[in-house]
Amino acid sequence: MTLVKTTLNRRSFLRAALLAGGGMVLSFSWMAGCKPSGRKALEMPEEWFELNSYIKIGENGVISLSSPNPEFGQNVKTSMPMILAEELDVDWDNVVVEQADFLPDRFKNQFTGGSQAIRSNWTPLRTVGATARQMLILAAAKHWNVPATEITTEPGILLHKASGKQASYGEMASAASQIPIPEEVELKKVSDFKIIGTSKKNVDVKNIVNGKPLFSLDYKTEGMLTAMIVHPPAFGMQLKSIDDSAAITMPGIQSIFTIDTLTGDIDQNFFDATSFTKMAVVVGNSTWEVMQAKKALKIAWEEEPERVFRRSASWMQGSEIIKATFPPGLESTDDHLAKMAEFTKKPGQILRRDGDPEGAFKKASKIIERTYTAPFLAHNTMEPVNCFAHVTAEKAELYGPLQAPEYINATLSQRLGLPKDKIHIKLARMGGGFGLRAYGHHLIEAAVISQQVKAPVKLVYTREDEMTAGLYRPAYSATYRAALDENNQLIAFHVKGGGIPEMPVAPHRFPAGAIDNYLAEGWSITSNITTGIFRAPRSNFMACAEQSFLDELAAEMGKDPIDFRLELLERAKTAPVGENNDYQADRYAGVLRLARDKSNWNETKQGIHRGVSAYFCHNSYVAEVVDLVMKNGTPKVEKVVAAIDCGIVVNKDAAVNMAEGAIVDGIGNALFGEMPFKDGAPQKNNFPSYRMIRANEAPKEIDVHFVGSETDPTGMGEPPFAPVFAAVANALYKATGTRFYNQPFINGLTTG
Amino acid sequence: MATTKLKINGKEHAVDVDPSTPLLWVLRDHLNLVGTKYGCGVASCGACVVHLEGEAVRSCVTKVSRAAGKEVVTIEGLSENGDHPLQQAWEQVDVPQCGYCQSGQIMSAAVLLREIPNPTDEEIDLAMTGNICRCGTYLRIRKAIHLAAEIQNEIK
Ligand code: FES
Ligand code: FES
Repeated sequence: MTLVKTTLNRRSFLRAALLAGGGMVLSFSWMAGCKPSGRKALEMPEEWFELNSYIKIGENGVISLSSPNPEFGQNVKTSMPMILAEELDVDWDNVVVEQADFLPDRFKNQFTGGSQAIRSNWTPLRTVGATARQMLILAAAKHWNVPATEITTEPGILLHKASGKQASYGEMASAASQIPIPEEVELKKVSDFKIIGTSKKNVDVKNIVNGKPLFSLDYKTEGMLTAMIVHPPAFGMQLKSIDDSAAITMPGIQSIFTIDTLTGDIDQNFFDATSFTKMAVVVGNSTWEVMQAKKALKIAWEEEPERVFRRSASWMQGSEIIKATFPPGLESTDDHLAKMAEFTKKPGQILRRDGDPEGAFKKASKIIERTYTAPFLAHNTMEPVNCFAHVTAEKAELYGPLQAPEYINATLSQRLGLPKDKIHIKLARMGGGFGLRAYGHHLIEAAVISQQVKAPVKLVYTREDEMTAGLYRPAYSATYRAALDENNQLIAFHVKGGGIPEMPVAPHRFPAGAIDNYLAEGWSITSNITTGIFRAPRSNFMACAEQSFLDELAAEMGKDPIDFRLELLERAKTAPVGENNDYQADRYAGVLRLARDKSNWNETKQGIHRGVSAYFCHNSYVAEVVDLVMKNGTPKVEKVVAAIDCGIVVNKDAAVNMAEGAIVDGIGNALFGEMPFKDGAPQKNNFPSYRMIRANEAPKEIDVHFVGSETDPTGMGEPPFAPVFAAVANALYKATGTRFYNQPFINGLTTG
Repeated sequence: MATTKLKINGKEHAVDVDPSTPLLWVLRDHLNLVGTKYGCGVASCGACVVHLEGEAVRSCVTKVSRAAGKEVVTIEGLSENGDHPLQQAWEQVDVPQCGYCQSGQIMSAAVLLREIPNPTDEEIDLAMTGNICRCGTYLRIRKAIHLAAEIQNEIK
């Protein structure tokens, strides 16, 4: 049992008028998985009593839990209420879940990204649940005139054993809602958990399979107009002039104009990033009509000079405002590759040095050096950008796909000239996020358009608009070198990595700490192509490069790739080099051993080529073994075994689902993903040209294992994604005898 | 503009739109049947699949004029009570992540199950390659289609 102070989370205890708006689609825990004949609908109560921002209890005992964070498929809308329900001690079948709006006065950490939603809300949510339970206990104690310490709970029920008194939560809800908030509450022991660690169905599964309007693209209000934008066809270009004479006369078209979203006086932060701030807008009655008019617009573009703007120095809120620039010019992939190759030869910025790496390389008997590259990637969420906005002189209402509402709110407030608390952002279920939806420039676009046309509008991007608008995974390159002595022992290790526009090297990660002589360097190249976080940012490349290199190194040294990694980890555990190593060597080794055992690593099977990889990111450890077969020269991953240490798993089957998805996504991006550029223009704009992994290319089996753990939960959405790239590369080597250094691997296969 | 008569999920509608408007946008914008999704607009992702006279079509490239007078079924009308074997199976297997692609997946699978009551993995993969799931739920989709086949056989 742990005692926690409720002051940790004071704002969560504000009580306010009930939120639930009309027309809301309710999400029920019990609906999922029950055959329709199974049970009757939950009766909604006559009255709700609010115990805090997250928890309402009906007089009939039905519990309403608010899920504070945006949902984009990682299932926080189920797992967060599970944490509340656990500490509140209620029957999951009695729960309804509401998606909270963005209300920073009422909810903490309303950010879903970096695999941190559960990690950052773990203790706050438990505290909120435990506090409401304690208030129910105090209410019962007062009512029965017995000491609170003698009252226990069973799901949804308060009990006083000595007197035999008992009451449902519903009966005590009204009294409990009047109880002052306790200063301190007890949290459950992990071993007493009844809900956390089990598998609960997605609370929205029934709504999804029935096509209910869950997404902001599905949203509609009276008098709402549809808006579309036209952005420049290439990065480094800007709008010069528009000729709307043909378009404006087309059926259903209301108005055509240009907007400037991020005017020079705005202090930008990282989450309003975009390359295109000036664009043409078409507003009309329906999506199809606006799409047609958009095609009829004649627009002249011109090259943009260097753009200078004001931006916070880091993504952290409140950091100082600095001058930032976008360089001019029309960039191409060929130039990028040449430039990156140049940088790999120059000395980089030293990020970490242990021992005497230069000396060790000088006296090495053998040096192995390999360079890896990865292209820009488009996120390609299945739901394209869209946002509903209704801006008036007094307030703004917005509803759109967004992972990080608090950041965009600051920019919106400046741009619209409205105080932050007059901007109401409703959090939509998102048709995918993958990091892309941390960025909210589309909210500014929608709001500026609504302000201009003085009407509610829904901004909609076509797939082509979305794929060519930017916010790609950066392009990267990394060079690894290893020095071996005359006994073929590893004596020094060197990584130098960079990218456009960011440096991907995490200098204190494995194998730092396991090698006496170690050097990490980094470099970066500026660009006017907008990039942004993409599932497991930086790790999605570094894991591939590092784990491919270690595989090749193990082979050079005549060692089994898993044994080799375990040896290094043993060194990092027993006699670590340096002080800042950011991983726990035994947990790292734990997932490798588990993957080895579960995959029967030492068995060989005819025609099956195996690759292994392990990586630590977002505070979690994942090792993966892939089984790959070649069919007519085409690789197919048949099976993947994943071993994951992410601490306590909140919702088991949902975590398995996410790991499966991350692995499929990783295989797809490793084999096929790329966004090339020519003269600033993205060379792919829709799925016929941008190859995505499809059903027939997904593995037959993905076998996910969790290391049993009582450690607080860590990241889950991204860690299983990063390692699979290298596992595929290493298996491909086994299958073809060729090492794959450049993503996507399919290019290496087709060009021989 | 012209009036087009449509029969969707058993109900008659008359819409006043340009006859070349894709069925997708008529469903979403004019009839408020938003379960059918837009993903690519070029017949490449399957998010917009509906049934036209029992066949799976991509409504983003199907002109509304082609649907005139024919039976159209969308995800909202796949079953009366949301209990089509596929919907039950999808719930039991807990297939969706973000959920955006899933109505298209289910509508494609429904035609497969009607044509091949007990499909193999290969038959499923073949029938479902037109439907992208960016969240990577393909394994669960496969599993749910097998389960739906079982449920369908029990009902028969
Ligand atoms: S929207 Fe029709 S196939 Fe993609
Ligand atoms: S569940 Fe997200 S795209 Fe399929």
